[in-house]
Amino acid sequence: MDRREFLGGTAALAGATALPGIARAQSATELSFFYPVAVGGPITKLIDAYAAGFEKDNPSVKLKPIYAGTYQETIVKALTAHKSGTPPALSVLLSTDMFTLIDEEAIVPFDDFIKTDEDKKWLASFYPGFMENSQTGGKTWGIPFQRSTVVLYWNKDLFKEAGLDPEKPPKTWAEQVEFAQKLTKRDAAGNTTQWGIQIPSSGFPYWLFQGLTTQAGAILANSAGDKTDYANPGVVEALQYWVDLSQKHKVHPPGIVEWGTTPRDFFEKKVAMMWTTTGNLTNVRANAKFPFGVAVLPAGKKPGSPTGGGNFYLSKKATRAEQEAAFKFVRWITTPERAAQWSAETGYVGVTPAAYETEAMKKYVADFPQAIVARDQLSSAVAELSTHENQRVTKALNDGLQAALTGTKAPQKAMEDAQAEAERILKAYR
Amino acid sequence: MTNRATATIHGWLLLLPAMACLALFTHWPAVASFIESFYSTPKARRPARFIGLENYQQMLADPIFWKAMSNNLWFALGTIPTSIALALLMAVWVNDRIAGRTLVRMAYFTPTILPMIAVANIWLFFYTPQYGLLEQITGLFGARSTNWLGSQDTALYAITVVAIWKEAGFFMIFYLAALQAIPPSLGEAAAIEGASRWTYFRRIQFPLLMPTTLFVLINAVINAFRMVDHVFVMTRGGPDNATTLLLFYIYQVGFGFWDTAYAATLTCVLLALLALVAFVQYGWLERRTHYQ
Repeated sequence: MDRREFLGGTAALAGATALPGIARAQSATELSFFYPVAVGGPITKLIDAYAAGFEKDNPSVKLKPIYAGTYQETIVKALTAHKSGTPPALSVLLSTDMFTLIDEEAIVPFDDFIKTDEDKKWLASFYPGFMENSQTGGKTWGIPFQRSTVVLYWNKDLFKEAGLDPEKPPKTWAEQVEFAQKLTKRDAAGNTTQWGIQIPSSGFPYWLFQGLTTQAGAILANSAGDKTDYANPGVVEALQYWVDLSQKHKVHPPGIVEWGTTPRDFFEKKVAMMWTTTGNLTNVRANAKFPFGVAVLPAGKKPGSPTGGGNFYLSKKATRAEQEAAFKFVRWITTPERAAQWSAETGYVGVTPAAYETEAMKKYVADFPQAIVARDQLSSAVAELSTHENQRVTKALNDGLQAALTGTKAPQKAMEDAQAEAERILKAYR
Repeated sequence: MTNRATATIHGWLLLLPAMACLALFTHWPAVASFIESFYSTPKARRPARFIGLENYQQMLADPIFWKAMSNNLWFALGTIPTSIALALLMAVWVNDRIAGRTLVRMAYFTPTILPMIAVANIWLFFYTPQYGLLEQITGLFGARSTNWLGSQDTALYAITVVAIWKEAGFFMIFYLAALQAIPPSLGEAAAIEGASRWTYFRRIQFPLLMPTTLFVLINAVINAFRMVDHVFVMTRGGPDNATTLLLFYIYQVGFGFWDTAYAATLTCVLLALLALVAFVQYGWLERRTHYQ
């Protein structure tokens, strides 16, 4: 007898008035749900509120949201639970972990649950830029939830000081360099007191780099996730541009720029423009003591940015009833109204165009117009780099990028090495 | 039953709980890792199969493994002697009757009680370019701005300093306890004989501290291979593996790449390395250690 039954039994003895409620609770499908927290804000409280709301609408399901740490910790916990046989029926994991989860046979596609026309309409309602990371081999393995993209933030005061129009962000790569040159300040000794631009390169440089490669017209990996194209001339050109920002133009700090402290550098006015996630919107809005703007990333050959963030995944080892209940919850929380509310509360991008048509979203955007930029960029957004053995293949690129940025390898050589390593790993998957 | 047999059974029963825990959480995982290192990583469609030494061959051909080994060696060479010397110096210093010595002792010990993750976050701020503490100090002397954690030349030193800072205070406590156990009559005798402060330290205090030094040394060596928490916070092994330590790499391979067999192989290397060090220390150094 497990604890739940025991409690139910005790409660049943407690009084006849409570009985109907108990009977319902006992037949309820219990559903555990792992989720990570990757941005600031009271995410756990929000999720708990959603769970309570869902249970009210669906008394037959008992939803147990479990905060599982960072994205990395969450996938470690989910996969370990999967291997020991009792995984959560539903989890929010990185969209890029799709191939890893498929290879581990840890998830089932959503297609089996899409039955009615209404279901089909729902599936088609998401931004295609997000679905690229959620579908492969003609099947849908993930549903976009906490998704983000890379945007440019700029300090309007510093633009004014430098004689630039504070309402006009750079639109092209050339303008970006030109503006950054005007925005870089040096003291008499030649030390830089204010940098023009910062593109963080610690931890996961590939994600921000993917903005540059997309703008250079290159695609880093195929949609089957078994071939990378790191040594493409466009990729090398993108890396050369990034390296030049610090080594040739000297408008970007040398070496590795820390992801975590970049927003702070921006608040301290040590940098005038930064590239970072839309997930930082709420953070910047709360902490920047100056007017700031948010813009789509400047275009190279074309505009472009990667998407990022987390998807819902259904566990393969859960029972059919649990999967059905989990699917119901996913549908429930991605309705336009709730997607809009989630976006406004967290700064994540609304996952469907319909979310932006809701009253709640219109009100939020009217009050905070910077929030609309992420949506505007989605039309040119591409899937975040994702392959089989994702973390290993991505690490090959990260190492190459950091080698080039710290000056130990030339961009061409760094990308060739990264491609060779990725090729070695992925050969087995073709 | 004889008394002797009862005593034996009694003894083993007393040992049992601790033995069971040790076997379950230390010995069995070590043996399992060793066995697993000869198999391929099980995948959903491909169960693990025996592949002999292939994992070890892969390891020898893996440049990141060698990078992690050499990083770890430098990290060990940087942290062990420095933190022990610093601990000894601090202990001798706060053992004397100086004004405010409780305060100084407490100050030295503070880094030890802080969790490593918190320490790493504090140091992250110290090292931040432009407005970090270190930068503000060097800026006063007109030195050029350095990106301590973001450059391949300095990143490993930067995380080594954090480890020394964290450890020295901990080791100081052991030295302090040992120093206070040295009978004051020895110091008085030395003073009557007219021995200098240095001679007293070199001829009396230091030899008497040898058992403590051995203990501290073993701990320092283990820590040099065990302390990786700050790497997660400060550099995540970057730039380009410049701060990847062996244990950090094992975690990455095991829980980032899910290549559990290769992670087991790397774990075996770490275990062998630590076993060797412990063997040398207990077998050889201990014989040269002077106990009272």
